Amino acid sequence: MKIFVCIKYVPDTSEAVVKVNAEGTAVDSSRFSFDINDADNYAVEESVQIKEKYTGTVTVLSIGPKESEVMIRMAMAKGCDNAVRVEDARIAAFDPLLLAKVLAGAIKGQEFDLVLTGCMAADDGQMATGVALAEELGVAHAAMVKKVEILEGKVKAYRELEGGLMEVVEVALPAVLTIQTGINEPRYAPIRGIREAQKKELKVVGLDDLGVAAGDVDASASRIVVEKLYLPEVVSSAEFIEGEPEQKAEKLASILVKGGLV
Amino acid sequence: MGNVFVLAEHRQGALRDITFEMLRVAPNVAKELGGEVNVLLLGYNAEAMAERIAGYGVKVLVVDDPLFENFNADKYQQALSKLIDTCKPSLVMVGQTAQGVDMAPALAVEKNLPFVSDIIGLTVEDGTLKATRQIYSGKVNAQIAFKPADTYLVTVRESAFEAPDASVAGLVEKIDSPIKEDLDYRKFVEYIEAEVGDVDITQSEILVGIGRGLKEEKNLPVVQELAKAIKADLCGSRAAVDAGWLPHDRQVGTSGKAVKPKLYLALGISGAFQHIAGIKGAKTVVAINKDPEAPIFAVAHYAIVDDLFKIAPKLAEKLKELKG
Ligand SMILES: Cc1cc2nc3c(=O)[nH]c(=O)nc-3n(C[C@H](O)[C@H](O)[C@H](O)COP(=O)(O)OP(=O)(O)OC[C@H]3O[C@@H](n4cnc5c(N)ncnc54)[C@H](O)[C@@H]3O)c2cc1C
Ligand SMILES: Nc1ncnc2c1ncn2[C@@H]1O[C@H](COP(=O)(O)O)[C@@H](O)[C@H]1O
Repeated sequence: MKIFVCIKYVPDTSEAVVKVNAEGTAVDSSRFSFDINDADNYAVEESVQIKEKYTGTVTVLSIGPKESEVMIRMAMAKGCDNAVRVEDARIAAFDPLLLAKVLAGAIKGQEFDLVLTGCMAADDGQMATGVALAEELGVAHAAMVKKVEILEGKVKAYRELEGGLMEVVEVALPAVLTIQTGINEPRYAPIRGIREAQKKELKVVGLDDLGVAAGDVDASASRIVVEKLYLPEVVSSAEFIEGEPEQKAEKLASILVKGGLV
Repeated sequence: MGNVFVLAEHRQGALRDITFEMLRVAPNVAKELGGEVNVLLLGYNAEAMAERIAGYGVKVLVVDDPLFENFNADKYQQALSKLIDTCKPSLVMVGQTAQGVDMAPALAVEKNLPFVSDIIGLTVEDGTLKATRQIYSGKVNAQIAFKPADTYLVTVRESAFEAPDASVAGLVEKIDSPIKEDLDYRKFVEYIEAEVGDVDITQSEILVGIGRGLKEEKNLPVVQELAKAIKADLCGSRAAVDAGWLPHDRQVGTSGKAVKPKLYLALGISGAFQHIAGIKGAKTVVAINKDPEAPIFAVAHYAIVDDLFKIAPKLAEKLKELKG
């Protein structure tokens, strides 16, 4: 099995104060902490498990900054064999269709059986890159996969639908699968793996190295324009309970009891 | 000018709500773009579904063919691709659902369509189509303009729009299947129903919901104690279920369950739209989260901005005391 796994370095904004600049053109990400996208972490684990079962190699693919190499090394510490990091300021990173084109450029011309991506990147939430990548590569795909069974020349993919219903499909190999969280239990990197990862190959390439024309993946190539970023107006009609933690708990308890809610 | 195509979504013989939700915005946009709304229904034995959609005052184009008995992303893509060539719609609207995300991005690449996913707003300003979508889990909105094109493509977030009421009877028009053969590279096998667990949280009166904020499995007793104090069942976000703290049948949200308790206590849950979609039926929502900007507060009735580990034990203690 020759597998590619696409991972993205994303900020954890779940507890962060997010600010947009006055022009509405950029989010201040200087104080965010970044790590591997949640779903991609599961994709890495799945790719390594498939490799362990069927032998083969797993190549990590990521478009991102130098800092993301910590994340890439971690994926290699968990068992991925080598990595390609694409960095090029000309790439229009807001457009998932163009990211897919760049990822395809990094894969095309090489043999592969599977490409795994996450089903959604937590920062832009497009849920589009993996399926667009399949089309770029001209191979079959299945999105939102929560269980994978490799069969002869094809893969049985269990797609998670709304309400937890599973749709089982069979797609021919090679194929792109977009992996949903919860498909497996991502491992921790073993100490030895972390040491070995330092010695594994991590290639850094730009568009020219990939033979991807900048004019095909830059802002001019995009069919959309991000006009403005802004903070949504949060209309909360909630009653915020104030005080020291203990007082807050007490106040809430009496609201719940007096209101007949418990 | 072409018409606006709305792709009807159905599963196991039933239409899904997103079909109607898209009809909230489609007519306005169609008017601005100079066309009308056509709902495209790809199905088999689809008459009843087609009639129901037509009741919303739109024209329904129905492909009724065994090839479309079950959803297949590649067949849908091929059919849409052909219909875009022949009907030249100005806009194609698809749900940002497990079906839509499996098909739309590939269609966008194949037909080179300007595409915006997961939209929560769609307008036409001075002839330019503009969409609104969210980034950073709903903390930032982005306004996106489409560069001029013959056909645009969007996927629409579920529950972002309220379905309009059914109105006057529209038209149902049967069309020939744009594809004639089954595919060999992708086959539908079967559906597998979600597992049923010990407690049916859709029937619970009181629910304590936990999220990633619980940090570790060993912290479960903190919330179990609280749940016990008020005879609540425990449920949680996808993150809590993925982490293995709760079984899957306790997951609340789009890929879990829609609950309708009298009281929903959310602890350490950020309030992603996929989670919020599952608690729309809750009468009273209490949110405890240390991030004052957490989206969960937008749907809460009572809110505490604080560390759940400081609040939950005290709350449990106080409730036990008050309830005797
Ligand atoms: C196709 C698809 C379907 C999905 N379906 C669902 C679904 O059905 N249900 C669902 O829930 N999600 C679903 N998700 C995932 C969803 O997008 C979010 O990732 C998820 O809901 C986040 O869970 P969370 O709120 O527990 O975690 P996070 O978003 O990480 O939030 C954790 C929160 O805990 C708070 N916190 C941290 N520490 C503390 C503390 N000590 N005290 C108080 N607060 C604290 C933080 O401020 C933060 O707000 C789906 C995603 C996809 C792509
Ligand atoms: N910059 C990137 N580098 C590598 N993979 C990416 C990148 N952006 C998106 N992906 C992959 O595409 C998936 C879906 O992203 P998105 O379509 O943005 O929600 C992610 O989970 C990744 O696997």
